[in-house]
Amino acid sequence: MLSIKNLHAQVDGKQILNGIELEVKPGEVHAIMGPNGSGKSTLANVLAGRDNYTVTDGELIYEGKNLRELAPEERAREGVFLAFQYPVEIPGVSNIYLLKAALNAQRKHRGEQELDAIDFIALVKEKMKLVEMKEELLYRSVNEGFSGGEKKRNEILQMMVLEPKLAILDETDSGLDIDALKVVAQGVNSLRSKEHAVILVTHYQRLLDYIVPDYVHVLAQGKIVKSGGRELALDLEKRGYGWIDQPDNAKSATVGAGS
Amino acid sequence: MSATEDFKSSSCRDYGQHEATLPGQQLAWIRSLRGDALEQFKTHGLPLGGDEAWKYTDLKALNRRTFEVASQAPAIEPQQARTQSLIEAPCARLVFVDGLFARALSSASLPVGVSVASLAETLQTDAAALEGRLGQQVEIAQPGFSALNTALMADGAYICVHRDTPVSEPIELLFLSSGSPDRAAHVRNLFVLESGASAVVVENHAALGDGAYFTDIVSEIFIDEHASLQHYKVQRDGVQAFHFAGTHIRQHRNGHYVAHTVDLGGRLVRNTVSASLAGEGAECTLNGLYVASGRQHVDHHTRIDHLVPHAISREQYKGVLDGRARGIFSGRVVVHPHAQQSDAQQAHDSLLLSDDAEADSRPQLEIYADDVKCSHGSTVGQLDDDALFYLRARGIGLEHGRELLVRAFAAGVVAQMQFEPLRARLDQLVGEKLAAANLSGTR
Ligand SMILES: Nc1ncnc2c1ncn2[C@@H]1O[C@H](COP(=O)(O)OP(=O)(O)O)[C@@H](O)[C@H]1O
Ligand SMILES: [Mg+2]
Repeated sequence: MLSIKNLHAQVDGKQILNGIELEVKPGEVHAIMGPNGSGKSTLANVLAGRDNYTVTDGELIYEGKNLRELAPEERAREGVFLAFQYPVEIPGVSNIYLLKAALNAQRKHRGEQELDAIDFIALVKEKMKLVEMKEELLYRSVNEGFSGGEKKRNEILQMMVLEPKLAILDETDSGLDIDALKVVAQGVNSLRSKEHAVILVTHYQRLLDYIVPDYVHVLAQGKIVKSGGRELALDLEKRGYGWIDQPDNAKSATVGAGS
Repeated sequence: MSATEDFKSSSCRDYGQHEATLPGQQLAWIRSLRGDALEQFKTHGLPLGGDEAWKYTDLKALNRRTFEVASQAPAIEPQQARTQSLIEAPCARLVFVDGLFARALSSASLPVGVSVASLAETLQTDAAALEGRLGQQVEIAQPGFSALNTALMADGAYICVHRDTPVSEPIELLFLSSGSPDRAAHVRNLFVLESGASAVVVENHAALGDGAYFTDIVSEIFIDEHASLQHYKVQRDGVQAFHFAGTHIRQHRNGHYVAHTVDLGGRLVRNTVSASLAGEGAECTLNGLYVASGRQHVDHHTRIDHLVPHAISREQYKGVLDGRARGIFSGRVVVHPHAQQSDAQQAHDSLLLSDDAEADSRPQLEIYADDVKCSHGSTVGQLDDDALFYLRARGIGLEHGRELLVRAFAAGVVAQMQFEPLRARLDQLVGEKLAAANLSGTR
């Protein structure tokens, strides 16, 4: 589904990613962990196509398409979804309007009919129950005045309404209490199937108790320095990141990824 | 017209030609009001440089032009007037064409306790009602258009809401311009809200053509004790039009004035507002929204005098500027000695959609009392890139995303309008203007 080869990227002219290799197949959940500043969000934003994130070398192939050639909205319509680490507040644009516009943009792209108001509301309400979000938040401006937890739930709601083929969650678990964490996990798990893949960027292994990943990768200084199964996350929790090889002498950098 | 004739001389010539037939000239006090004003205009003329109040608005191009008033209102089909109206429901509506009253287009479904009439007609039939109000609230001894307007005032609306009469139906004043080039209109309004009265006035300036015409408007507004007025002013003049409006308000104890000014049209637009808060508990709210593109120039110049303690003023202006457009907000708040516990806030936020657009803010607080709350803020910004990326990351296209963000910025002002039936129409007009201004942008 997604094939990342030798990905080098800069943010505002600063080199951040230094040769990432990653293969994600349909149905897989990949966790990406790593210390602060290692480039996790950069990778997520590069995948979503943010403007000032420039790919300087390497390949990004998604479903046979060169992602580098697609605008952010085209990627989204093709089924790539980024749950933001810091969801943006957009005063004056209502949450429900955004959901509807987003869903219909995607449907139109696929040549499907736009959902009528009644079917749309029914769909949203069904998903809202799962994320335990207050209905009132639908009619407020996007993320405006939302608490940290409400913002993250809102990201998950959007994800569940859009049902992306490839969901990238950037630290959606950070700052959440255990109940909210379970909601996020439930959302991701409900998406989990043969057709959907998930990249979970997380700083803590805690989330992985609820979403059991197929692969865990450790990112350091813009490179994947270690890959493994679920147990790697537990090791990291016990031992921290110190024992991980640094990129310069990392021979095992791509072990596990894509296998 | 001689080669050396300019705005001032042609205006004075207009006065000479029409003096005898201007409304109210049978009355000595009107003759002297006009005569004094003409002298002031001759003395001060237009502010053509060096005048602080006109620092950002250059009138030299205007001064090279000459204009003539219409001797009678051009004929307009009722349908043309109807499509320009902002109020669907039947209501009291006065229609003026090129500044002259068009009785046939007007409708007078008047609630009791209210007088709504042509000012010119009132000067013929009931001038006593105007004496002591007309000309009292506007300062003419300065450069600008107040003196000119007072000398040449032709017609406009006289609205008087009598004591303790609450009027919830709107009163629409539709000022249509035929769009004939070089046409001048000198519009004069007088609104009186007697104590305990309330009203909603929608002042609607629209154009049927795109010539370089000139309109100056002076509105004097008296809000007596416990009275309140919602005043909407929507301006959609032609792309070459000059529009100068002066609104001068006097508010007594617990008198409330709320203005929403929406500017979408015009080449050179200036809105001058002066409010005297003369009674405790007076509240003055000035909200403005302008959307300017091409070479449009929109200048808001406000002055609020807190003359007594415990009055409140709120100013919030927002502008969207594209192309080479320019938006200016100068807001002066004067808190006079003893006007303790005055509470004044002002803000001007502008959104620049192109590199060549420009916005200026000039807040001026003059505070001569010690126990007051005054604040001002201004922002000049571009579209929020993070917000735009967020929308795009949800599949919303670049153009649509930009449009959403700009409309969201503008919608804040419209959403605050208390008179609900106007909101949808204004949202639509603002949307059309934004679409025409080409949101794809040149950033
Ligand atoms: N806009 C930016 N300009 C320059 N450097 C940036 C910018 N954004 C992030 N960085 C830097 O890029 C590196 C990686 O950041 P990020 O991808 O956010 O890390 P993570 O998500 O793993 O904590 C950090 O050193 C950070 O300081
Ligand atoms: Mg991060």
